[in-house]
Amino acid sequence: MTRAPPRRLTVAGLALLGLFGANVGLAFLLPTAASLAVNLGIGAAMAAVLLVVFMELGGRLTLYWIFAGAGFFWLALLFGLTASDYLTRFTFAPS
Amino acid sequence: MSAGPLQMQYADLAQQRDTAELGIWAFLATEVLFLGGLFAAYSFYRYLHPYGVAEAARHTYIAIGATNSVILLASSFVMSWAALAVQGGAMRLGGRLMMLVAGLGVLFVVLKGVEYAGELSEHLWPGPSFAIATDEPRVGEVFYAMYWLLTGVHALHLMIGVIAVVVIGRRVLRGAFSRDYHVPVRVVSLYWHFVDVVWIFLFVIIYLPGRHL
Amino acid sequence: MTVAFADLEPPVVAESYLSDGTSLRSWLLTHDHKRIAILYMISITVFFFVGGAAAAMIRLHLMTPAGALLDPETYNRVFTLHGVVMVWLFLVPSIPTTFGNFLLPLMLGARDLAFPRLNLLSWYLFVASGAIVLGGLISGSVDTGWTFYEPLSSGYASGALVVVLFGIFVNGFSSILTGLNFVVTIHRLRAPGLTWYRMPVFCWSTYATSLILMLATPVLAITLLLVIAERLWGVGVFDPAHGGDPILFQHMFWFYSHPAVYIMILPGMGVISEIIPAFARKNLFGYKFVVWSSIAIAAVGFIVWGHHMFIAGESVYAALVFSFLSFVVAVPSAIKVFNWTATLHKGTISFDSPMLYALGFVLLFTIGGLTGLFVATLAFDVHVTATYFVVAHFHYIMVGGMVSAYFAALHYWWPKITGRLYAEAWARFAAILIFFGFNLTFFPQFILGYLGMPRRYHAYAPEFQVWNVLSSAGSSILAVAYLLPAFYLGWSLLRGARAPANPWQATGLEWQTVSPPPTRNFARTPVVTQPPYQYPRTGS
Repeated sequence: MTRAPPRRLTVAGLALLGLFGANVGLAFLLPTAASLAVNLGIGAAMAAVLLVVFMELGGRLTLYWIFAGAGFFWLALLFGLTASDYLTRFTFAPS
Repeated sequence: MSAGPLQMQYADLAQQRDTAELGIWAFLATEVLFLGGLFAAYSFYRYLHPYGVAEAARHTYIAIGATNSVILLASSFVMSWAALAVQGGAMRLGGRLMMLVAGLGVLFVVLKGVEYAGELSEHLWPGPSFAIATDEPRVGEVFYAMYWLLTGVHALHLMIGVIAVVVIGRRVLRGAFSRDYHVPVRVVSLYWHFVDVVWIFLFVIIYLPGRHL
Repeated sequence: MTVAFADLEPPVVAESYLSDGTSLRSWLLTHDHKRIAILYMISITVFFFVGGAAAAMIRLHLMTPAGALLDPETYNRVFTLHGVVMVWLFLVPSIPTTFGNFLLPLMLGARDLAFPRLNLLSWYLFVASGAIVLGGLISGSVDTGWTFYEPLSSGYASGALVVVLFGIFVNGFSSILTGLNFVVTIHRLRAPGLTWYRMPVFCWSTYATSLILMLATPVLAITLLLVIAERLWGVGVFDPAHGGDPILFQHMFWFYSHPAVYIMILPGMGVISEIIPAFARKNLFGYKFVVWSSIAIAAVGFIVWGHHMFIAGESVYAALVFSFLSFVVAVPSAIKVFNWTATLHKGTISFDSPMLYALGFVLLFTIGGLTGLFVATLAFDVHVTATYFVVAHFHYIMVGGMVSAYFAALHYWWPKITGRLYAEAWARFAAILIFFGFNLTFFPQFILGYLGMPRRYHAYAPEFQVWNVLSSAGSSILAVAYLLPAFYLGWSLLRGARAPANPWQATGLEWQTVSPPPTRNFARTPVVTQPPYQYPRTGS
């Protein structure tokens, strides 16, 4: 076996570094409201690369994808429905 | 997870391995919710006080934070390389790479310690002598309290990961595993990557707010 | 995936798991899921009596309007202890850790759970959590109620609160690991031929419960950690003086605690789905509807939590969403009740004690569930929230439902677990007495709530006294009725007749092995070729 890392790992690693650099750069360039959405989006992309390549989720049975996604999906429920309160509490306050 | 031989509730090593794989993914799902809850609390506080949080977040040491991010990303790269090496039977390579991962983890903790020391000397610890006065009173204090909590919980997970990587890495070097059986390496590797994923999001929500030039 | 099991050693001699090692060490260091189930059973029984003693104190105190027995602060401590102990130290673990642990591998045709040592760790975490929680509750003045609302919990309540919260934090990890163990076991350790649709309903409801254990409990853990941090270091996300929001605590707390109530009913539903077919000699009606209802309850149960906060200050629009979803979650529960009823229809029903408990469950759960719809209705809830109406609603489900199901399971699987038979006449008497005592205790509380008596008050207006006296009288009957099984089941352990492998002529893999089972469960790995229920008469 060669002592070099497999190519897909190197590509993924460089992609992660590139995305990270872009993320930091955009945080300085964009106004705060926009930068949050963009930063989270790029962060999610980085996480996806980690999951699929480094954690070897790619190529596995659907069951593993479901288990991997379950935590995030349930977290989305927590965020989403709690947000349904905060987003409407002040904006649509009954007079 | 057994030390080698087949446990009696399994028919063969393949079933045992698949079960362990499912088990660690299940565990990581619970961890996503555990840490995610902390992120949620922070996020809704930030929603209520976006300017105060942005103002306070500008004081975080982004240079150290970014360096630590690169360190962790590199460590994930090395960790997945190590896992593939072990899978392929290259035990010495795999074990040494794992030690490198642990070293990078220690480097992270050292830099974090430097960062913490700096923040303590700047009185960025919540309390009466808190240094930053935000427009909305005390928002900066809460931001920093969550900063200490979030980074502290993350660092704790990381240190547990470092210990696990060292323990399993040593077993790799001693020849405890084979092409057919190396479940603990896989488990530790997944845990390590998870700690990295947490840091990715932590960095975004703690270090990046309010940076607009 | 089907796996051809290798039988790793010759068929084991049918030596019971109870006699396989008799030292204390062999019990405390066991990996056997059956022994761990017994360890849990002993632990939760102790906690049940502790929580029950607190309930007795409450009902005694409330016999008179001014409240003669306890001073106000002590009263608050007592109902806090009652709630905390009953929820986390009894109901949440109850059926899953006892019957789930014991039966799941047997029903799946497996030799043990996926991770036996993790299972033992879960028990130690549970016992430790119990010690910590009780220590905190007894030594300090924890008077917040089991819901630990902010700002009382971080700002004003006693310091022992931190100890109690930490204990529940530890308890949470016990739950999470048990849930994880069960989920992975069901996915990976089913016997050859045991497809998902051949699994007994008890396994499906254990699976659904375990999903909740795994996905909800971590959020509770972090929420309690945040309260501890607020208390010790003044973090402030829940504190208005720091710009925080106490309602954020409630969102995060109820994100766990509402699904938690489904942890506290789904296993009971699974038990009833096993018992009714057995004692109606008829296959379960609508198996697929019943099993998917369990999954639906678990899933939808995660998105209704705001119905605990209708008057707390959440936005009306969020309240609307949560109210609607709370109606939706009632549907799968109703489907189960219809299916149980249809199973009974034209069955050959025998009124053995497990069946008496099961029938009681169906009626009491239905009442509790229907009143849930009442309180899910915004306009009605505004009047009855934080009154005894709600108290009666959840006791009908958790006590009338889940505790009845626990007793049903105890009587149904007692011969399998202990290898002994019990005195059926006493068991039937106890079941009927429990049903009567329960209704006398809690039905007056619906009336009290409707009339306006608030909950968690140490004193009440004089016009409420007659209903309170009725309720307390009922609770004394209930107390006696709950103590009865201790006697006749204890007698059964010492002098009961030996049980055959299948005393009820029931179907299911657990009845194919001797009573009590050998340590490795089966002499030969079963191969499953049949659907789960094969009673003489068919359902749909």
